[in-house]
Amino acid sequence: MAQPKIRVLIAKPGLDGHDRGAKVIARALRDAGMEVIYTGLRQTPEMIAEAALQEDVHIVGLSILSGAHLTLVPRILRLLKQQGQERVRVMLGGIIPDEDRPKLEAMGVAGVFGPGTSTTAIVEAFSRAVEPQELKAAEG
Amino acid sequence: MNLVPPVLAGDRLALARLLSLLENETPEGLQDLSALYPRSGQAHRVGITGAPGTGKSALVNRLVQELRARADPPQIAILAVDPSSPFSGGAILGDRIRMRDLSGDPGVFIRSMANRGSLGGLARTSSDLAAALDAAGFGIIFIETVGSGQAEVDIAGAAHTVVVVDAPGMGDAIQALKAGILEIADIVVVNKSDLPGAKTTLTALRATLELAPAVRDKDKGSDWTAPLLLTSATSGEGIPELAEAIGGHRRFLEQSGEWEVRERARVDQEVGRLLRERLAERFLKAQPDGLYEAALQKVLAREAAPGVIVEQLIEGADAAN
Ligand SMILES: Nc1nc2c(ncn2[C@@H]2O[C@H](COP(=O)(O)OP(=O)(O)OP(=O)(O)O)[C@@H](O)[C@H]2O)c(=O)[nH]1
Ligand SMILES: [Mg+2]
Repeated sequence: MAQPKIRVLIAKPGLDGHDRGAKVIARALRDAGMEVIYTGLRQTPEMIAEAALQEDVHIVGLSILSGAHLTLVPRILRLLKQQGQERVRVMLGGIIPDEDRPKLEAMGVAGVFGPGTSTTAIVEAFSRAVEPQELKAAEG
Repeated sequence: MNLVPPVLAGDRLALARLLSLLENETPEGLQDLSALYPRSGQAHRVGITGAPGTGKSALVNRLVQELRARADPPQIAILAVDPSSPFSGGAILGDRIRMRDLSGDPGVFIRSMANRGSLGGLARTSSDLAAALDAAGFGIIFIETVGSGQAEVDIAGAAHTVVVVDAPGMGDAIQALKAGILEIADIVVVNKSDLPGAKTTLTALRATLELAPAVRDKDKGSDWTAPLLLTSATSGEGIPELAEAIGGHRRFLEQSGEWEVRERARVDQEVGRLLRERLAERFLKAQPDGLYEAALQKVLAREAAPGVIVEQLIEGADAAN
């Protein structure tokens, strides 16, 4: 039996134009041993939910710099739920004002990372988000 | 949980879970696959291989759109394999970036796979995932290999039809092609026809093919000659022709009896590999502690060659039984 891996989808919803930060995180997660599906820029919530489903990921990491997080994130969470993907944890990074944090957490976002967060802290949060037993059970 | 009924009913979430179980080589996955196996054998497995950056993913994106736009289209699955990092075991799987036009089509299913250290362009379990997708009703399965200049020989065993993709400006990629990858090609594509240099690449490849035609079928006296096509995944040029060539190769395989020959070769490769692995595993488990290590030490000390040591291990085990 092979060593199961944490699978992560990194996506950039919305229209903001660069994905440097998302790529840095993707590489850091890979270096921590995770399998990272990278989908690139301008993903719609539908595209993200569909990719998460097909790829059977544990975590969806969103990078949003445009300020549209309060509209985009609930749509993505709703789609995941509708599709039976409630076990998928959603992490959010980007330019997120502190006052939005409680709202996002109340919606069910598992982690919110502002511009100052270190890459190490983000990788740790992703690693901790998936229980070893869940991996062992090989997502069965 | 038995995933077989929902997978057969078209539940994509269950299918995605099953693919993970197979990828992780779990007993549950194996059990489900064996229940599904009688339903497999319908799908056309099409390998897409070639050097990194030649446009394999972009071509699949275009091809699948082309095939799905036809009357009564098959459901299409894509397995896209990228390399795992040898240092961390993690991977960045980026083929979906070029396949965004396929999202939203309920008749398409894309799954990215890390090769998890396996050489030869595929993951160990790629063929199992393909079998599950086959049983789930996907009529065509595109398998995009890891991009590498080397001959991706595994795909020759795993696919019915192998498309080798080249592009202008790949430098020594052509050299690598000469070194063997053309031998496994059923169809050869020069992609990026919109770029200058595509014609030069085409001419060079044609010369190479004339000198050493794709031999995969030649030695069996078959009369398939690998067509050489010019495409652009950017403009769409040559995509319908490529779709035709892939369909044409399938018809050729079926009419010539070559389909069965390839299926047999694939099954031989898969069963043979599993048998070797499992036997070696069982054998080593049955050995007294330290015996294998001692054997390694003898080779390291140059007291015995590896082949001799293996004979000794096997004879020792036989004598003990
Ligand atoms: N001009 C031009 N660019 C293309 C064409 N097809 C692909 N590209 C570009 O070539 C680059 C690589 O394309 P991919 O489809 O990712 O290539 P690939 O062979 O799948 O790459 P790997 O999976 O990394 O081995 C991208 O920047 C594409 O936009 C084409 O027909 N014309
Ligand atoms: Mg690719």
